[in-house]
Amino acid sequence: MFDFNKNDQQQKNSFTLRVIVAALFAIGCFGLLSLRFWVLQVDRHEGLSARADSNRLAVVPIPPRRGEIVDRNGEILARNYLSYTLEVVPARAGNIDELFQALTPIVFISAADQRRFKRRAAESGKYASIVLRNNLNETEAAFFSANSLRFAGVQLRARWVREYPQGKSAGHVIGYVGRISEGDVSALEERGEIGNYRGTDIIGKKGIEKTYETTLLGKAGLEELEVTSRGKPVRVLRRVDPTPGSNLVLSLDMGLQRIAEEAFKDLRGALVAIEPATGDVLAFVSQPSFDPNLFIDGIDVESWRLLNESPDHPLINRPVYGTYPIGSTYKPFVALAALELNKRRATDLISDPGYFEFGGQRFRNSGSTAFGTLDMHRALVVSSDTYFYSLGPEIGVNNLHDFMKPFGFGQLTGIDIEGERRGVLPSTDWKRGAYKNREQQRWYAGETISIAVGQGYNAFTLMQLAQATAVLANDGNYMKPHLVRTIKNARTDEQTQTVVEAAYKIPLKKENLQVVKRALAEVTVSGTAAGAFVGAPYTTAGKTGTAQVYSLRGAKYQSSAIDERLRDHSLFMAFAPVTQPKIAIAVIVENAGWGGSVAAPIVRKVFDAWLSRDPKNKPLQSNVSATRPAEVLVPDSTREPARTRQTP
Amino acid sequence: MLILLLLTAVGMVVMQSAVGGTDARFADQARNFYVAFIAMWIVAVMPPNLILKLAVPFYVLGLILLFAVMFMGETSKGATRWLNLGITRIQPSEMMKIAVPLMLAWYFHSREGPMKFLDLCAASVLLLVPFLLIVKQPDLGTAILVFGAGFFVIYFAGISFKFLIPVMLIGVVGIGTIYVNQEQLCDDDFDWVVLHDYQKHRICTLLDPSTDPLGKGFHTIQSTIAVGSGGVYGKGYMNGTQTHLDFIPERTTDFIFAVFAEEFGMYGGVTLLVLYLLLIFRGLAIALRAPNYGERLLAGSLTMVLFIYVFVNVGMVTGILPVVGVPLPFLSYGGTALLTIGIACGMLMSISKYRPPQSQG
Repeated sequence: MFDFNKNDQQQKNSFTLRVIVAALFAIGCFGLLSLRFWVLQVDRHEGLSARADSNRLAVVPIPPRRGEIVDRNGEILARNYLSYTLEVVPARAGNIDELFQALTPIVFISAADQRRFKRRAAESGKYASIVLRNNLNETEAAFFSANSLRFAGVQLRARWVREYPQGKSAGHVIGYVGRISEGDVSALEERGEIGNYRGTDIIGKKGIEKTYETTLLGKAGLEELEVTSRGKPVRVLRRVDPTPGSNLVLSLDMGLQRIAEEAFKDLRGALVAIEPATGDVLAFVSQPSFDPNLFIDGIDVESWRLLNESPDHPLINRPVYGTYPIGSTYKPFVALAALELNKRRATDLISDPGYFEFGGQRFRNSGSTAFGTLDMHRALVVSSDTYFYSLGPEIGVNNLHDFMKPFGFGQLTGIDIEGERRGVLPSTDWKRGAYKNREQQRWYAGETISIAVGQGYNAFTLMQLAQATAVLANDGNYMKPHLVRTIKNARTDEQTQTVVEAAYKIPLKKENLQVVKRALAEVTVSGTAAGAFVGAPYTTAGKTGTAQVYSLRGAKYQSSAIDERLRDHSLFMAFAPVTQPKIAIAVIVENAGWGGSVAAPIVRKVFDAWLSRDPKNKPLQSNVSATRPAEVLVPDSTREPARTRQTP
Repeated sequence: MLILLLLTAVGMVVMQSAVGGTDARFADQARNFYVAFIAMWIVAVMPPNLILKLAVPFYVLGLILLFAVMFMGETSKGATRWLNLGITRIQPSEMMKIAVPLMLAWYFHSREGPMKFLDLCAASVLLLVPFLLIVKQPDLGTAILVFGAGFFVIYFAGISFKFLIPVMLIGVVGIGTIYVNQEQLCDDDFDWVVLHDYQKHRICTLLDPSTDPLGKGFHTIQSTIAVGSGGVYGKGYMNGTQTHLDFIPERTTDFIFAVFAEEFGMYGGVTLLVLYLLLIFRGLAIALRAPNYGERLLAGSLTMVLFIYVFVNVGMVTGILPVVGVPLPFLSYGGTALLTIGIACGMLMSISKYRPPQSQG
């Protein structure tokens, strides 16, 4: 089968033959290429030349207009404004200094503009279109257009620029757009979407702008132009219009958002408010915030340094990124687990001497108060650690894990914003996977005890706590939490709801829910959060909590600030009204100490605002408000109609 | 040598136009040529049998680096091709363009005598391992060059035409089938199993570039317009409008031929091809006159690598081959590619210089 050459001469002959074949092959291929030249340069060229002597074809992309973002009442969070730029192609503009002189009476060009232009012209060559001035006002643009014929090589361009009129408010929700980076380019190339970005120079970098990038972007159009040999367009041969990006209607209420943000004053922390029946996120606060406008054209070094190096970490999206042991706010869920799993009845009495003894070790109540004999109701109202310590071993870590999982603890809630972290919902399986060391992989019974009071390995995001609170308020119906309520097609005005029905329902017994809810309602009347809710015209169910400090980003704190930053985090979870809840909330205030004194008053302000607002002045989305009866703010009014839209 | 200088001159002149008068990259490219020529000279003074002796360590080193890339390489533009050595980043696949033909030539040289089936298998393994590693990176352009280099060694070593022709026929029929069934194949849901998604897109847009004029077909459309607008005589040096109006993507690297063809027209294009052809003939002549088996194989295959470079690049710019990242020798901007070509030419010169077989055994 194989040619085989016995001696050198024969081998050489065979080789010569092969060289000749290879040479012929090369000639053949090059001939093919020459033929192709002929096809392109002679055959097709003639066709073009007959039409327009020296004109050429060019495909020019038309970038789409980015979608806008508004809140549930139509208040604008992100929009575009037209900005005119004056661009010059040096090769076609003649003497640059003369051009500047001629232009000055029409459009003001500062010395800085001229310097920048000359620098860029030196960098990018004579044929590139270089920006001479940004942000021309309408008058200047009109003036120039009228005189444009006098200036060869100078072009007025209009482009859409992004703007965030709310400033710092809801900065983490909107996120921001920025210049397309090299990293973005390779990611787009990999997904085959780079073509859609021709002509576009910004891309969503954070928040909703990033999460809904494809929806907001739209689809690029293109123009096939005939251009003269000097690059001036002569006529359009074909045009495909761009499809503008869709507009987003958020579930957020900016009025409420601002009230919540102001309630924090100078404190650091996070707050998430959810409408339990729909999963609408009403407020989403991460304090301190930042102004997304800074990022649009590339942030300047000084602002970036301030934001990035601040010990307050304003760039961290706390509700979804910060994970904490949520402390006592976990107790209502543990209590529910005990009831549902028949591990303890609500009426069972437990004696609380101020500590729980297990395996010769004493687990103390925080503050070491002895509460005496307690049933479940009282244990929740006074927040007895001992009661829940004792529940830990009775329920068992894996049972607790399985019960908590559908509430969303230690799971991605699936909220539509990037950068969500999962956290940790401990179980024996988790521990085996998380540690390498044999010894560390073992689960110790004592660990279950601190788990049951929300400490230990538990690490949840505030978003998860808010969602679990909403699910509890909604009797076990899991509505996927969402910031974007509807996507509006900018052209057809067609609307798409992001979340319509419950993802699933956790089977919970009514009487068990009653026990927990009643106890939580009592917390705001005579329990740990009573102070914050004195005189409220509605009923509230809530639970305070204190989280042992768990730094967001390791220990990079300034020494002078250490003491304050080692204080515990203050937590509060709540929903109101107790029956037919309209709002569920979770809040954490970092290093603020005990939950009842700092976190609960913030919630009070938000509840007051939301539950006392006049639905006529602040319409919800039109179709809802039409079918919606005037709101009766009578607590516990069981006859009050359920919110209609998606109540399961 | 004369041809090399001529091509270099053409390269520099075209580069001048492609970068549009900015001389940063122009000077850079001049420096690259300088480095490449020094490398060529160093290799050229090495006796060919020394070069052949270096084959094994060179090949093994290249292979180790390729594996290293797979496990700890740097990713950029969706492909993992680079290895960060702390001081500088290297692209081991580039090295394999030389190492593979060298290794195979050495192998056949040392096995001088009958080419058995076993030899073919061994050679195939030597070729396919680096080839597949590079495909996996993924870097189709380099993979094709490496494969072509190795293939030509095996071809020159005397694989039977009886074996070769059926294989080529299958290839032709295969490509024909793809062409006929392109619509089904290019359907989004159709999974090509072996090829990456972006490679599939490249082939599909080649078949019909107008399906995605802003995305995957953009390069091809713009470059064929540029070439076509050049006409018979071209628009004249520095007068290419497509080029200077920024329509041509990557006009200093892979698509530099579009600049050239637009400005110098069909005559220019054909002349350039003739220059390359002369270079190839010269290489093949060196191969014919080489004193021993290994050198002959090496010279022949290196020459044919040059041929593949040119053919694939020009084919891609004129839209008859898919867009794969293959530079045009001597013209495209880029230090590494020039260095590779310089070394290859150096080897050819070394082989041609040490022709008297008595002196070198």
